[in-house]
Amino acid sequence: MSTVTKPTKTTKTTKTTKTTKMTKAYELRLYVAGQTPKSLTAVANLKRICETHLAGQYRIEVIDLLKTPQLAAGDQILALPALVRRLPEPIKQIIGDLSNEERVLVGLDVQPVKE
Amino acid sequence: MKHKRRSEIASTLPKSPTGITGLDEITGGGLPAGRPTLVCGSAGCGKTMLAMEFLVRGATEFGEPGVFMMFEENAAELTANVRSLGFDLDLLVRQKKIALDHVRVERSEIEETGEYDLEGLFIQLGHAIDSIGAKRVVLDTVEALFAGLSNHAIVRAELRRLFRWLKDRGMTAVITGEKGEASITRYGLEEYVADCVITLDHRVDEQISTRRLRVLKYRGSTHGTNEYPFLIGEHGISVLPITSLRLDHAAPTERLSTGIARLDEMLGGQGVFRGSSVLVSGSSGTGKSSLGATFAEAACRRGERALLFAYEESSAQIVRNMRSIGIDLAPWLKKGLLQIHASRPSLQGLEHHLVTMHDTVKAFRPAVIVVDPISNLTLERTEEEVKPTLMRLIDFLKQQQITTLFTSLTTGGSATNAAEDSQIGVSSLMDAWLLLSNVEFNGERNRMIFVLKSRGMAHSNQVREFVLSGAGIDLVDVYLGADRVLTGTARVAQAALEHSATELRRDNHERRLRQLASKRKAIEAQIAALKSEGEAEEAEVKFTIAQETLQETVTRQNSSAMAQLRGGAKAVNNATKGKR
Repeated sequence: MSTVTKPTKTTKTTKTTKTTKMTKAYELRLYVAGQTPKSLTAVANLKRICETHLAGQYRIEVIDLLKTPQLAAGDQILALPALVRRLPEPIKQIIGDLSNEERVLVGLDVQPVKE
Repeated sequence: MKHKRRSEIASTLPKSPTGITGLDEITGGGLPAGRPTLVCGSAGCGKTMLAMEFLVRGATEFGEPGVFMMFEENAAELTANVRSLGFDLDLLVRQKKIALDHVRVERSEIEETGEYDLEGLFIQLGHAIDSIGAKRVVLDTVEALFAGLSNHAIVRAELRRLFRWLKDRGMTAVITGEKGEASITRYGLEEYVADCVITLDHRVDEQISTRRLRVLKYRGSTHGTNEYPFLIGEHGISVLPITSLRLDHAAPTERLSTGIARLDEMLGGQGVFRGSSVLVSGSSGTGKSSLGATFAEAACRRGERALLFAYEESSAQIVRNMRSIGIDLAPWLKKGLLQIHASRPSLQGLEHHLVTMHDTVKAFRPAVIVVDPISNLTLERTEEEVKPTLMRLIDFLKQQQITTLFTSLTTGGSATNAAEDSQIGVSSLMDAWLLLSNVEFNGERNRMIFVLKSRGMAHSNQVREFVLSGAGIDLVDVYLGADRVLTGTARVAQAALEHSATELRRDNHERRLRQLASKRKAIEAQIAALKSEGEAEEAEVKFTIAQETLQETVTRQNSSAMAQLRGGAKAVNNATKGKR
């Protein structure tokens, strides 16, 4: 397992150094609808996961669709809460309250940092 | 009475007219207003088209803007697809009458983790509704959610909430669903949409495809429960039973000439009723088309418009052929009083032909229609299928008070019984039925015409000979001899024979009279002869008597003279004695 992790990790870091000149490598957008328990959970989970695994490489934008419903169409948001990985391409969407860290990382295509 | 009250109650349920030809009649005014309706069927049966037309008609005809939320096609594809129906979605979107919202659910792009709901869908839909003030919503096909999201429990719960939400917002919604194996829809949407369920079906029988629609359920309203054929034509969807739920057309008493004086005479002296339907059946070559053309031409002569649907001959061919019996259709065509629609029956299914007829009739508004022949339209179809469809056509035409003449080819030979066994069984729908048949006798075939039925008028029970000549159609009395009916040359020959026999008899009588006269003369001559003989005899007798009398006188004078000479009277006497 660990043998596989290493080479991918190195590629990841090279990529990061390239893109950090302009913007963060991971541009994430979290769509929620109001301050529901589900959305609060999702925000908290996302922050925790990013700090753990993507420290310094990410930017999070939280969008409340109750305030700006017109934005829902742009990212094809059906289910809420929804996390959209705008960068790096391709765009990926993770729905749910992000309580399963492993699946979130798979969804974001991020290799977990071993502690 | 009871029925009427029921329909009054039904009408209290608010309905949202679809504007789709025929569907509003079946549903008694449209889909339930402010409620969701499920439209389901297998792939390619027209669900999206029906939903789209519902929305477009609502936006353009009933002032109800609508949101089309699509899960499968994107907006550009849909716009292109419905352009074939004459709907300009781009324009309607610009006018803010319709909002198109494409929702893509791609399982491979979505990772699910933890709890979620479909609030995003609600927000998108709500935003679209608010942006144009929509009253109608289409979700096509919401089942894509099941394919895109793995947690079906959430999807089901959220759909239930969605339909509730649509109801609360007063949206008249159409939700499409794919037909399932055992259930109405694959994912059991009918559980949530319980107010109105319409199923669509696309079947191919004998290589001819027919789409059918059925209102499976309509809570709180009466509705037509049959399967109705429908079409997706140039002007959108038409469900065929256009007037099938009623039988209340007016019955005009005005009569129309068939164009053949003797035929009118057979039909109570005045022809057929306006708005009635006439069936002319007969085997090949009995003159059905000619009769039809005459009928159409008669209408043109009256200055009425006539429409001829030809399924066997082209327009030019009809004009040419009818000229041979002295009917020139060309001037009427040029004048615009006559239209000929020639097409092959196999071009489209029966339903499609009927819709074409509907469209043409509505555009041309004729007074008279001739369908030649109707039997071709019904090839390869069973009577059960054909009869209701034709009934709808006839009802429609009657409603428009159009007089119709259908010709029908019977496969039977010249025998009357075979022809009466009309293969479509449509004769019961017809008001009048003329039967043309060929009678083969004496080395020739002759046409005969009967009036088998004619509703509402006294009609002839006699058979007439149907004669086609350069001067048109004429009906001639057949020769009704002592023991049989004769037509054609046999009729002519028999008439001649009859004529000569009469002549002969008259001659005979004259001869006998002459004989009698001469006999009488002979007798008179004899009488005269006898009379003259008698006279002659009498004369002779008189002569003899006279002679004898004279002799006697002479003798007496002689003897007295002698006596005088001999001396006195006594001496005379003695002398006489002595002499003796």
